[in-house]
Amino acid sequence: MWKDAVDSLVYETLGIGGRAAGALDFFIYDTVKIFLLLAIIIFAVTFLRSFFPTEIVRDYLSKRHPLFGHLSAALFGIITPFCSCSAIPLFLGFLQARIPLGVTFSYLVSAPMNNEIAIAMLFALFGWKVTLLYIGFGLLVATVSGLIIGRLDLEDEVLIKVEPVEGELPKCEMTISVRERLLEAWKYMADILRKVWFYVVAGIAVGAFIHGYVPTDLIVSVAGNDAWYAVPIATILGVPMYSNAAGVMPLIEVLTQKGMLMGTALSFMMAITALSLPEAMILKKILSTKLITIFFSTVALGIMLIGYIFNGVLG
Amino acid sequence: MTIEILGTGCAKCRALEESVKQAVAKSGKFAQIKKVDDVAEIMKYGVMSTPGLVIDSKVVSVGKVPSVEEIVKLIS
Repeated sequence: MWKDAVDSLVYETLGIGGRAAGALDFFIYDTVKIFLLLAIIIFAVTFLRSFFPTEIVRDYLSKRHPLFGHLSAALFGIITPFCSCSAIPLFLGFLQARIPLGVTFSYLVSAPMNNEIAIAMLFALFGWKVTLLYIGFGLLVATVSGLIIGRLDLEDEVLIKVEPVEGELPKCEMTISVRERLLEAWKYMADILRKVWFYVVAGIAVGAFIHGYVPTDLIVSVAGNDAWYAVPIATILGVPMYSNAAGVMPLIEVLTQKGMLMGTALSFMMAITALSLPEAMILKKILSTKLITIFFSTVALGIMLIGYIFNGVLG
Repeated sequence: MTIEILGTGCAKCRALEESVKQAVAKSGKFAQIKKVDDVAEIMKYGVMSTPGLVIDSKVVSVGKVPSVEEIVKLIS
């Protein structure tokens, strides 16, 4: 419906044709659709998340059997708010509650990967199927990486010792009214949009340019082939892009339309969100380089494996 | 009254400190503002999403920067 409206505006009202029309059509269509969906999804997710503070999750996880711990930790990563600036208190808080190191990592992989911006962008650009695949495989990577790290006996690689709490954990109880939660979600959404709008528009603009002007053959020859190195390159390229996830996603959309394989695209998106350099720098204060390296390589391997499997099955 | 700001030095924690100072000035109350950046200390309050705001040893807000008006309400 919206597509038809934009089509008629560009082709009939403005009377443009050719490549410029294709690019402009794409730009208007994508910009409006993405911002609308971004606003709605971020608002909804933030509101829902306000009911699941990390403190409650910790309480829950500390009482679970470790085997279910990994999966539930990864699942909680979806619904809890996460900011890499509080990665340290979160990490130590989990250990303080006697949550095993591996389970903590399952959470730490899942939480940034399933952040509200990534989910909103994925849904706006690729629809619910790809979004579910992304979340599902993200959970798998988080669960398995945590399981592996948990098996390696790396407890000594945590540089700060936090004494486990005997008996009850410190409680931090607050009652927040629904009105306050809605208001908070609204403020948060406005805040995020203010922060990312430029990158999103820039990303869509470059995407629109590629959509209108760059020949499909070129993209296929660079990113679309099933050469073995496509997935690792996509994964490595994703690492420095964390803060610009919102701007990179529209590019990936165009690249997949132009022939980039979906597995390569998934690896790229997961690497962007899950392997964040700023987060690594923050964690460096409390974790040894060895542990961080193991953490990053395990997750990177998992992400690449998913790319390969996906390309193999669907490619 | 003692107001403590829990945070490991992120941008939001500085924003919270600024808001608290303004709120205290606005309310006209006498309050001691303390910044807590030692993780072990923060852990004792059970707070994992920084910045956290603690008034007289009671956690009143975590993981967000309340507006100056909200803080004024909290301290009065």
